Amino acid sequence: MLKINELKASVEEASILKGLNLTINPGEVHAIMGPNGSGKSTLASVLAGREEYEIEGGSVAFDGEDLLELDATERARAGLFLAFQYPVEIPGVSNINFMRAAVNGKREHEGLEPIKGKDFLDMVKEKAKLVELDGRLRNRSVNEGFSGGEKKRNEIFQMAMLEPKLAILDETDSGLDIDALRIVSEGVNAMRSPERSFLVITHYQRLLDYIVPDFVHVLMDGRIVRSGGKELALELEEKGYDWIKEEIGA
Amino acid sequence: MAYDGKDKVLEEVTGKSYEFGFTTEIESDKAPAGLSEDIIRLISAKKEEPEWMLQWRLDAFAVWQTMEEPDWPHLNYEKPDYQAISYYAAPKQKKQLNSMDEVDPELRRTMDKLGISLEEQKRLSGVAVDFVMDSVSVATSFKDKLAELGIIFCSMSEAVKEHPELVRKHLGTVIPTRDNFFSALNSAVFTDGSFCYIPKGVRCPMELSTYFRINESGTGQFERTLVVADEGSYVSYLEGCTAPQRDENQLHAAVVELVALDEAEIKYSTVQNWYPGDENGKGGVFNFVTKRGICHRRSKISWTQVETGSAVTWKYPSCILKGDHSVGEFYSVAVTNNAQQADTGTKMIHLGKNTHSTIISKGISAGNSHNSYRGLVQIMPSAANARNFSQCDSLLMTDTSGAHTFPYVEVKNPTAQVEHEATTSKIGEDQIFYCLQRGIDAEQAISLIVNGYAKEVLNQLPMEFAVEAQKLLSISLEGSVG
Repeated sequence: MLKINELKASVEEASILKGLNLTINPGEVHAIMGPNGSGKSTLASVLAGREEYEIEGGSVAFDGEDLLELDATERARAGLFLAFQYPVEIPGVSNINFMRAAVNGKREHEGLEPIKGKDFLDMVKEKAKLVELDGRLRNRSVNEGFSGGEKKRNEIFQMAMLEPKLAILDETDSGLDIDALRIVSEGVNAMRSPERSFLVITHYQRLLDYIVPDFVHVLMDGRIVRSGGKELALELEEKGYDWIKEEIGA
Repeated sequence: MAYDGKDKVLEEVTGKSYEFGFTTEIESDKAPAGLSEDIIRLISAKKEEPEWMLQWRLDAFAVWQTMEEPDWPHLNYEKPDYQAISYYAAPKQKKQLNSMDEVDPELRRTMDKLGISLEEQKRLSGVAVDFVMDSVSVATSFKDKLAELGIIFCSMSEAVKEHPELVRKHLGTVIPTRDNFFSALNSAVFTDGSFCYIPKGVRCPMELSTYFRINESGTGQFERTLVVADEGSYVSYLEGCTAPQRDENQLHAAVVELVALDEAEIKYSTVQNWYPGDENGKGGVFNFVTKRGICHRRSKISWTQVETGSAVTWKYPSCILKGDHSVGEFYSVAVTNNAQQADTGTKMIHLGKNTHSTIISKGISAGNSHNSYRGLVQIMPSAANARNFSQCDSLLMTDTSGAHTFPYVEVKNPTAQVEHEATTSKIGEDQIFYCLQRGIDAEQAISLIVNGYAKEVLNQLPMEFAVEAQKLLSISLEGSVG
């Protein structure tokens, strides 16, 4: 699904990713943890195609395609979804019209006609149930005046609408209370399938109690320095990152 | 790193060449360049006007000669040479038309290119269109149907001949000849325009619409529009404008007067898409327009404008709230790009008691353009309990564009409540990226964001026009679902 090979990237001439390797197979859930400033959010932005980031080396294959050759829109239409750490507000654009433009963009890519109004509304109703997003929020302007939890639920709703091949969750747990965390996680779990992969970026093991990963990676200074199963997250929770730093001699 | 993708898209979205830049080759009956009493007499004679109309024009000309072109707007342009302009150009097609079939096929093609085929408009939207090309009205539809209700909707030339008592009673009462340089000029040389009268208690059953279009090179267009809504009546009036693409500047100095008598309501909507000139500021229309309405007791006038064209725009649709409990509204979206300049806004003059006004202005500046809001809210001593709410927002699309706000507030009655809000923001790269990441292409992303920003104003437009306005802002489906 995703094969990252020796990826190097910088922003404003500061080198952030320094030779990152990661392979995600279909159906797998990978978690990336790491201290602040290790490059977690940069990785998410680079994969999604944010143009402020300069790619300085390496390659990324996504579903057999050269991901780095595609622009952000093409990546999204090819099935890459990023749940934002800080979802953006777009005043005056209703959530539902925003999603309709997004769904039709994907359909155009697949050679399909724009979705019919009724089919679209049926789909909205069905997917909104996943994260308990009520009608009021669906018709409001995108993220405008949403609480932190509502914004994150909206991200997962959008993910459900777009049915991506690979979903990257960038600190989706930040700013969530326990109830919202449960709702968001249940939404994600409902979408797990043998064809769909997830890359979960988080600071806290807590999220991984709800969304149980197949693999956990530690990102430090722009590289993955350790990988393991879900028990690695528990170990990090208990011991912090210092012991890894010592082990790798950083 | 600069966000190249966005700049490229902006260029594509806003830098499209002017789609309506074609000229229609119809033999045109054009006066020699220059302005003098003789030219005014010629215009009046061509139009077979009565003596009082000629005298009115000559008086206006005398006034105009004593006036100077204003230099207070935040605009920088080479002032037109008023002696180099031809003041009359009528398509050579004199006889009165009875049906669409009699219209010159060239003209019909022009209308088709504009996407406003009269037949289609008739059939699809129930809009009565008075099509003005180079100042002479070429066809008016739906007249019979309106006539049954006593509604008069015709060209100004026809009104002068057929309804002189109404025209004489109201013409120049809202915007006196000497009001300003351009209104004086218009009063002297106006060649045509629309006249509309809604009788007492009648609710006009359809949107009345006029399309203006400047065709002949080196001509100015001076329309004169007068809408009179008698007591308790209602009318919604739409005005759309396009002009062919030309290198030299074309002058457009229109005057629109609205009279809302007691308890009447007039809704006046404009989508202005005159040729804005090329990306270096060569050519384009100089749009110097005076629009004003007077509100009598418990009446309401609502101006809505979407201004995307013209090289230079100078325009302040205003309301004189004379009657007690009258209401004035101004909703505006003004988009400038490349070297365009706009200085636009409104004046709300509160004279009556309990008068209310609302101003919502949304400016969007791209390229190297400058976009200014200029507004006056004046509460006179007689206007007890007057209220105004103003909101002026500016959106910058580039680092090289400018947004300016000049709000003037004069309150002479202590019971007044006046609120003013203003914001300036730059289009968010985060917003654009958020859209891109959802698989929305950059062009559509900008369109969505801009439309969202202008939504409050676009929602004020009648359906038929909202579609066109949305296209103009290169818009997608906003407002069609949910």
